[in-house]
Amino acid sequence: MTYLPNILFFLILASGIGMFALNIRKLKRNIGLGQDVDTSGHQSERMKNMVLIAFGQSKMVRRPIAGILHIIVYVGFVIINIEVLEIIIDGLFGTHRIFAKIGSIYGILIASFEILAVLVLVAVLIFWSRRNLLKLNRFWKKEMTGWPKNDANYILYFEIVLMSLFLLMNATDTSFQAMNTGNVISQFIAPWFENMSESSIHFIERSAWWLHIIGILIFLNYLYFSKHLHILLAFPNTYYGSVNPKGQLDNIDAVTKEVQMMLDPNVDPFAVPENDDEVPAKFGASDVQDLNWLQLLNAYTCTECGRCTDECPANKTGKKLSPRKVMMDTRDRIEEVGKNMDQNKGEFKSDNKQLLDDYITREEIWACTSCNACVEACPVSINPLSIILDMRRYLVMEQSAAPTDLNNMMTNIENNGAPWPYNQMDRLNWKND
Amino acid sequence: MDTELKVPTMAEYMAQGKLPEVLFWVGCAGSFDDRAKKITKAFVRILNNANVDFAVLGTEESCTGDPAKRSGNEFLFQMQAVSNIEVLNAYDIKKIVTACPHCFNTLKNEYPSLGGHYEVVHHTQFLKSLLDDGRLSIEGGKFKGKRITFHDPCYLGRANNVYEAPRDLIRKLDAELLEMKSCKSRGLCCGAGGAQMFKEPEKGNKDVNVERTEQALEIKPQIIAAGCPFCNTMMTDGVKAKDKESEVDVMDIAELIANAQDL
Repeated sequence: MTYLPNILFFLILASGIGMFALNIRKLKRNIGLGQDVDTSGHQSERMKNMVLIAFGQSKMVRRPIAGILHIIVYVGFVIINIEVLEIIIDGLFGTHRIFAKIGSIYGILIASFEILAVLVLVAVLIFWSRRNLLKLNRFWKKEMTGWPKNDANYILYFEIVLMSLFLLMNATDTSFQAMNTGNVISQFIAPWFENMSESSIHFIERSAWWLHIIGILIFLNYLYFSKHLHILLAFPNTYYGSVNPKGQLDNIDAVTKEVQMMLDPNVDPFAVPENDDEVPAKFGASDVQDLNWLQLLNAYTCTECGRCTDECPANKTGKKLSPRKVMMDTRDRIEEVGKNMDQNKGEFKSDNKQLLDDYITREEIWACTSCNACVEACPVSINPLSIILDMRRYLVMEQSAAPTDLNNMMTNIENNGAPWPYNQMDRLNWKND
Repeated sequence: MDTELKVPTMAEYMAQGKLPEVLFWVGCAGSFDDRAKKITKAFVRILNNANVDFAVLGTEESCTGDPAKRSGNEFLFQMQAVSNIEVLNAYDIKKIVTACPHCFNTLKNEYPSLGGHYEVVHHTQFLKSLLDDGRLSIEGGKFKGKRITFHDPCYLGRANNVYEAPRDLIRKLDAELLEMKSCKSRGLCCGAGGAQMFKEPEKGNKDVNVERTEQALEIKPQIIAAGCPFCNTMMTDGVKAKDKESEVDVMDIAELIANAQDL
């Protein structure tokens, strides 16, 4: 019977990690629904981007208050996880504070965890206040109602609970307090329990210990359903993010082929295509499967901070377009497609819905000035503009559904090589004006 | 002002068996838009004055395809690109300067994979290099102490990380260079990009150019400097909308320099 806690711990840990593995598998499948995109080359530049932007948080500090608070929570999260390793070893082998054996360094470690835990608590409380009391504009946009709003607060509550449990666990650990090393914060909490019996204190300690690790496992499994997934995906997302100038949009290869055929006098238009079974390319995107996997990864990485929307000229001036909503809609739609596949043995059965119109409206798509403010603003290299452009491509090349003014502009370019109805032969007239 | 502009074409150069130092890509706005034509001419006056050996394509130039691409018409864009590249390559063009950041971006970034490889510079970069090489001298004089703010064109700034060349030129005018609250990589768009220039804006509570003009007016400039013919139009309209046209001028960097030189 003495092994019961160890077995119980193992089962909880295994199921927590097992469920997480299933979530990751689903995530990979869903992202894999996207088209191929060339992300080869530039390894060292990509590595540098990941180190600076994701590890180094270089873009977070563009907004210093949120940036510094975020660094505290991020560092706290990473470092306190060393403690989780100890908890796992203790839990599996029935030891108690196995790392204490390493001597005085242990005290220094725990002291730093405790200080970080307090800093994280403070940072999280400020985050909560900014969201719920100060009501910063970007957290109260139209798309931030319902689940996205609650999700953001749940994450903060989770962190408050986990950090509190960690401190409580240390404070009620009488042997740890007796060591009197590293308990820089918890020594001030310990007196709260002075009048309790030893068994009650021990019970609180054990409860805090168990709840702390169970809480962490629940949080781990919450990620997949939450915007908080960015803590994992920020790394691949910044690695695979574009290394080209922001102004450079991709040239569609399938179009290049067609254009070359049209302009090449030697091409036989009636020739049998080399690959007869090749599916004719669909230009642009009307649904998530038409986007590439990087765009889908972008959508799962988005943590809905709203910096993009806050900088968007269209959104600033009251238009419907919100780059954050574009990313949230994309993720919601992939999830819907994924669930559809789960229900239909891995096959997607048409649900007569698509990303365009059912999620993102044309009014939003046409309001974009392609200024790249959203791309620049994103702290984790998400590119909402690329999705907007792909949807415009679908509307124009597959549906001929551009706004009339734009159709006129395009007709002018086709006919006279300028967006206005001027004759190309008059192009040098300015010289004599 | 009376001296006639020297604007040789590539065809003329070809006939003489010569190649110019640089091709001046005028762009559609610079060729046809009344306001932008003034920028084109100011730039040519500076080039003439500095004895820069340049040529234009003239009637052989055609839209780069930028507004088509950004509207989603990749097909039309590539048709334009491929036929422009054919012309440019036939003339063996190596270096291009343009006063339009949209042309600049497209020629520089989107033509290479379609077979058009050129060194492309924005006119502010080109003027800066003339200055650095001692081929151009800028006297402050007229603009000394004037309050000038530079509105970053998205396709020059954020899109291609060119922030300093235009500012260096303004500083050379001994002017007081002011920065708006959104500037450089966080500069606010004028509202014209992504083919918005050619359509009505979607419903909102304000026009983007008015928002941007308000940001500019906050710092009380005498001149809003621009580096893009579309930004120029948008900001000029914004200043008019705020009834400030008697107090604030919107001028291209090339116009500032040409003016300073009494060209």
